[in-house]
Amino acid sequence: MSQQQTADYAIRMRKVTKIFGDAPLQALEMLRQGKSKADLQSESGHVVGLDDVSLDIERGQIFVVMGLSGSGKSTLVRHVNRLIDPTGGEIEVDGVDVLKMNLAELREFRRSKVTMVFQKFGLLPHRSVIDNVAYGLETRGVGKADRMQAAAQWIETVGLAGYEQSLPRQLSGGQQQRVGLARALAMDTDIILMDEAFSALDPLIRSGMQDQLLSLQQQLGKTILFITHDFDEALKIGNRIAVLRDGAVQQVGRPEDIVLRPANAHIEEFVRDVNKARAIRVRSIMETGPAEACEQAVAMDARCEDVLPLFADHQWVGVLNGQGVQIGRITARQVIKALARYAPQAG
Amino acid sequence: MFPDVLDTVPLRRAVDDALEWVVMHWGGGFEAAAYPLLMLLNILERLLIATPWWAIILLLTGLAWLATRTWRLPAVVLVGLVFIGLMDLWRDAMATTALMISATLAAIVISIPLGVWMARSLRVRHVVVPLLDLMQTLPSFVYLIPTVMIFGPGKIPALIATIVYAAPPLVRLTDLGLRGIDPAVMEASRAFGTTPAQRLLGVQIPLALPTILAGVNQTTMMALSMVVVASMIGAGGLGYQVLQGIGRLEVSRGLFAGLGIVVLAIVFDRITQALGKRLQARIGLAEMRI
Ligand SMILES: Nc1ncnc2c1ncn2[C@@H]1O[C@H](COP(=O)(O)OP(=O)(O)OP(=O)(O)O)[C@@H](O)[C@H]1O
Ligand SMILES: [Mg+2]
Repeated sequence: MSQQQTADYAIRMRKVTKIFGDAPLQALEMLRQGKSKADLQSESGHVVGLDDVSLDIERGQIFVVMGLSGSGKSTLVRHVNRLIDPTGGEIEVDGVDVLKMNLAELREFRRSKVTMVFQKFGLLPHRSVIDNVAYGLETRGVGKADRMQAAAQWIETVGLAGYEQSLPRQLSGGQQQRVGLARALAMDTDIILMDEAFSALDPLIRSGMQDQLLSLQQQLGKTILFITHDFDEALKIGNRIAVLRDGAVQQVGRPEDIVLRPANAHIEEFVRDVNKARAIRVRSIMETGPAEACEQAVAMDARCEDVLPLFADHQWVGVLNGQGVQIGRITARQVIKALARYAPQAG
Repeated sequence: MFPDVLDTVPLRRAVDDALEWVVMHWGGGFEAAAYPLLMLLNILERLLIATPWWAIILLLTGLAWLATRTWRLPAVVLVGLVFIGLMDLWRDAMATTALMISATLAAIVISIPLGVWMARSLRVRHVVVPLLDLMQTLPSFVYLIPTVMIFGPGKIPALIATIVYAAPPLVRLTDLGLRGIDPAVMEASRAFGTTPAQRLLGVQIPLALPTILAGVNQTTMMALSMVVVASMIGAGGLGYQVLQGIGRLEVSRGLFAGLGIVVLAIVFDRITQALGKRLQARIGLAEMRI
C-alpha cells in the first residue's frame, strides 16, 4: 500500500527478552542454554515475560498483539515507552533507540511521541474527569485554556459529555476506561499504545469505539499498537496481528493469514471459534486472471460476509481495486471452501 | 547472676566524658542551631497570649464547625475552653498549646521529607525504621539528661524532647501513605513524562494526604502527652501546674491542670481528625481502600 519500497517502521523490536526476578541476566543465560521456562520458574523463581520478541510495526498501521491472559501482552507494550527495561534486545521507536535515551530525553519522548491507554485505567483518583483527560497536556506544558478545550472535546468524543466534573470513582468501569482513552487521544501523538483499551466496555459501545478507532486511524494515520485477548476484535481492527504465547511470538501476519493458515495448534484453537466470514476478505480468496466483467461487484477489502447475500442472485461477483477496475472474481464455492477450512471435525 | 566478665566502669566513664566534651566544645553550636526553634516557640506563645481569649474560642469553635458541620463538636470545644478559662488556666493552656504547635510544626518539617525519602529507598528505610523504634521506646528521661546538659534547663530541651518523642509516627505514616498508592496510578503518571517532583507533588502527596494527616494528628497527641515531662525541664504551662500539684500534694491543682490537658487533647484531636475525614471523602479514598 505504501509507495515507498522500504517500509517505514514506527516501532521495531529486536530479540527483546524480559525476565522478572532477582538475577535476570543469569536466568537469561540459563534460558539461552536451553532451560525451559517452567523449569526456570520453579527452580529459580524467575518469570519469563517476553522471550526473544522481534516485531516490525509499520507507520500508520493498527498492529494488534493478541494472546491469552499472562502471555506477556502488557509486558510487551510497556517496553515501547520503556516503562519496563528489557533484559536483552533492542527497541527502536521512530528510528531512535529507546534504550539509549537518558531520563530527560525519555520524558520528552513520553510527552510528545507516544501515549498509552492502560488496562487498569491508571486514572488519578483525586482529579476530576476533565483534569484527568488534560493531565498529559498539562505535563507537556500546554496552557490551561487550550488543554481544557481539547479535553472537553475528547470527553465528548468518547461519549462522556456531562461527566467533566465527576471524580473517577463516580464512574463505571467502562466509563473510566473511556476517560483513559480520552486522556491518551488528547495527546495527539503519532504513536498510541492501547493495552486492552476496550476490554471493560459493553459490546455495543465497544463496537462503536472500534469503528471510531478505525476512522480515526484512517483520518490521522496514527500508528496504534493494540493489545487484546479477543480474537474477533483483533480481526476487526488489525492491519497486522501478532499472536503471543508464554512471551514468545507464535505468528505474525495479516488477519486472513492467521485465519487461513494458522501456524500451529494453539492458534488453530483461536481460529476455531472465530467468525471467519468477517475475518476473511474477498481479496485473499478470489480467482484472478482474465474474466468478463461481472454484473455485481464489491471492493477488494470487502469481507466474505458482505458478498454472501449477493450470491442469491449472481453466480459470480467481481472484485474491484481502489480505482474501480475489476481485478478478480469470486463465487460461492470459494467462500464456502475458505469458511470450511479448519472447521472442527463433524461429530 | 550473670558472670562479671566486663568491667563497665571505664566504659561508662568514657561515655560520660565524651558527653562532657561535647557540651564543652559544641554546646554553643547546638544552642545556635536550636535558636530558630526557640524563636518559633516564643513568637507563638506571645501571639497566643496576646490574642483575646474570646477570639481564640471563636476560632477553634468555628474550625470545629467547619470540620464537622454539626453542633456537637463545636459545643464540646466551647465548653472545654470556657472550663480552662474559668479554672484560671488560660495562660498556661496557651503556653502548652504553643509548645505543642511548635513541636508539631518542627516534626512536620523533619518527618515528611524523611518519610518521602524512606518511601523511595529501601536502604534508607532499613536505617530509619530501627532509629524510629529506638526513639519511641527509649524512656524520654534517657535523652532528656544529655539534652539538658547541652542546652541547660529551659524551653529548648523541652521542645527537642517533645519533637523526638512526637515525630516518629508522622515519619511512619508518611512512608506508609506514599507506599500505599496504587502502582497503576504512578505508572500512568510516569507514562505521560512527568518528572519525579511532579509525581511527588501532583500525585503522591495528594493521595497520601489523609494518611499523612493521621500522622500529624498522632504527633499533636504525643506532643501533648509530653507536656508534664517537658515542664520538668522548664517548659512551663499546664504541665508545670500538674508538677506543682504533685510536689505540694495539692490534688485539686494537679487535677484541674490535668483536665485542662485533656481538654486541649480533645479539641485538637477531634478537629484534626474531622478535617482529615473530610479531605479523605473529597479525594474519594474512603471507598477505595475497602
Ligand atoms: N512486575 C512483574 N514481576 C514479576 N512478574 C511479572 C511482572 N509483570 C508481569 N509478570 C509476569 O509476566 C507474565 C506476563 O504478564 P503480563 O501482564 O504481560 O500478561 P498479559 O498478557 O498482559 O495478561 P492479561 O491479559 O491478564 O493482562 C505473567 O506470568 C506475569 O506473572
Ligand atoms: Mg495485560
